[in-house]
Amino acid sequence: MRRVTKLAAVVLSGSLGIATLAACGSTSDSSSTTTSPSGSAGAGAAGGGVKVGMAYDIGGRGDQSFNDSAARGLDQAKQQLGVATKELSAGANETPADKTQRLKDLAEAGYSPIIAIGFSYADAVKTVAKEHPNTKFAIVDSVVDAPNVTSLVFTEEQSSYLAGVAAAAKSKTHKIGFIGGVNVPLINKFEAGFTAGVKATDPSATVTPQYLSQPPDFKGFTSPDLGKAAAQGMLDKGVDVVYAAAGSSGNGAIEAVAAKKAWAIGVDSDQYKQDALAKSRDAILTSAIKNVDVAVFDFIKSVKDGSAKTGTVTFDLKSGGVGYSKTNTAALDAATVAKIEKAKQDIIDGKVTPPTTVKQ
Amino acid sequence: MNKSLKKLDGERLLLGLAAPVLAVVTALVVTALVLLASGKDPFQAFSEMLDYGSKADSQVYILNKATTYYLAGLAVALGFRMNLFNIGVDGQYRMAAFFAAVVGAQLHLPGVLHVLVIVLVAMLVGAMWAGIAGALKVTRGVSEVISTIMLNAIATYLISYLLNPSRLANLDSSGNVATPLIPDSGHFFSFATKGGPLWGFLLVAVVAGVAFWWGLSRTRFGFDLRTAGGSDSAALASGVNVRRMVVTAMLISGAMAGLVGMPELLNNSYQYSLNFPAGVGFTGISVALLGRNNPIGVAVGALLWAFIERATGHLEMAGYDKEIAGVIQGVIVLAVVVAYELVRRYGLRRQQSRVGRELAAQAVQTQNQEVPA
Repeated sequence: MRRVTKLAAVVLSGSLGIATLAACGSTSDSSSTTTSPSGSAGAGAAGGGVKVGMAYDIGGRGDQSFNDSAARGLDQAKQQLGVATKELSAGANETPADKTQRLKDLAEAGYSPIIAIGFSYADAVKTVAKEHPNTKFAIVDSVVDAPNVTSLVFTEEQSSYLAGVAAAAKSKTHKIGFIGGVNVPLINKFEAGFTAGVKATDPSATVTPQYLSQPPDFKGFTSPDLGKAAAQGMLDKGVDVVYAAAGSSGNGAIEAVAAKKAWAIGVDSDQYKQDALAKSRDAILTSAIKNVDVAVFDFIKSVKDGSAKTGTVTFDLKSGGVGYSKTNTAALDAATVAKIEKAKQDIIDGKVTPPTTVKQ
Repeated sequence: MNKSLKKLDGERLLLGLAAPVLAVVTALVVTALVLLASGKDPFQAFSEMLDYGSKADSQVYILNKATTYYLAGLAVALGFRMNLFNIGVDGQYRMAAFFAAVVGAQLHLPGVLHVLVIVLVAMLVGAMWAGIAGALKVTRGVSEVISTIMLNAIATYLISYLLNPSRLANLDSSGNVATPLIPDSGHFFSFATKGGPLWGFLLVAVVAGVAFWWGLSRTRFGFDLRTAGGSDSAALASGVNVRRMVVTAMLISGAMAGLVGMPELLNNSYQYSLNFPAGVGFTGISVALLGRNNPIGVAVGALLWAFIERATGHLEMAGYDKEIAGVIQGVIVLAVVVAYELVRRYGLRRQQSRVGRELAAQAVQTQNQEVPA
């Protein structure tokens, strides 16, 4: 009896779409036809009540990497825009069917927009967006071509190019290291841009790339110990600037570099300002910024204002979606900054186009 | 005598069922305690799971997923029957699926033949990859546990070397790297149901299960394999070539592992990409343990596993912690192992006491007969 009353209470509360699922319909889809239109209508009506659904990639919130960056954008939207949110994260050994189902669950519960983090959601977004044409979707780091999907992509090769310019300007040994979290095209983009930036500034310099793990093993994004070991190996070979695009593994690399009084370059957010790295921050020359949080926040805001862009929105140097940090003023001397600024202007003017792929 | 045999069989059946039931009940109790500790109502969670898991599309999802898990479970179980711990199913099925995808995309054959060639390539690659471990074991005495773990890692690196835009794959617009698509003629059929497409490869899994049962319990080969698994020396004494048995078992286990990636490849993705499911081989170990290496037991294990994943995947949506799925699965495996051991001991004790009773009764009878004489 108690169970029945509880169930009834959940159905009545109605805020969770699942209540509708539990109450009626023989398939979880069949209820969607009733939920989804009312859900998207409700999104506009109830006190600006935008319900944002967020589907994270492996690691989820707390990965100290780009999932966290997306989460920051979501938190900001929650505080400043008063939107309701629902966050779901991916499990370790998922099939594409699990990702599709996650987005479906959100769509059927009336969430709109639904933001999917990471290229692995591309197929799932494609499928679910077609089934729920009244729901808005966004995908980060991938392009999905559908009328109700906004693709939020970043030109990481541009910010990495600037990091390469900075690295080449500061290196005394002309040996520079690149640590990639996992060997996937997204991280290859960082490497390609970085190497091009180094070579353009100092043709005699060499870049040693190293990836911490190979797909489908994604631990390279979440293993500071691996990052530390890789950085130490590079330092032992005379490398004096290390750029790590490896999620939280990068923190280990930065610590190892700081202990050797060499230079490290951070990634995604300004790592000089990160509390976890306070002890090592003097070694952080700059960070290649990728504003996933800004992209997520802006997207949610645009949906709330009813001005959501569809298609592909590219966050590049020109729009300020990517960039570099200048917070470590002790490390970045005027000459170096001038070099970086020049490269930045060249890219914005289209005189230089950093490559996005590497030869392997 | 006949009557007592029947009774014994009924009891054995009861005992056989007692273990998994005990395990699942234990798992439910432990999970309920964990949910209570996190301040949630466990009964509500279970009813959510049951409700959601029994929807038509959930059923289809469960069957599709269980098809993959069942094949993985069979591959592992086959090794277990021979006393071989094939941890390498994971690497074997990924290698197999990758090369099958590459070959399948290059071919243009009439339907049935195309599918058949892809499946055969997969089984062959899986068998070869497992065969390395088998050969190492019989020639150099390398434990298959070590070598298959190593081969998993090698498979990962080999695939990521080849799955590269400058080699056997393409970079698509979404930022994924994938082998070219297998043309329509290489797709396996699926059944259209109310809950979505039900993968036709399910039938292959059923056939594989029947073949597993028949091969192991109705053939000379199966007998040899089980004997060799039970005791090397006994098998040797009865004329079984144990070394050949090891290699053969590894090859068959690998060929079975080759099928694991096929439902996903031929019924759903039609290509091998960075998104191809990984880690199924390890799920297979749990499923085989759960099913006690018995083809029907493994099927139940696979279905249960798929059900838990489906139902708990939805719990997060309802505000529960996602990790509860891992807790349930972990506790079930642990509980199964413990429960089987407990039930086995209980059965043994009952048998001993019954035999003791019968012997005592017999002794009394003979004594009574002796008295008049």
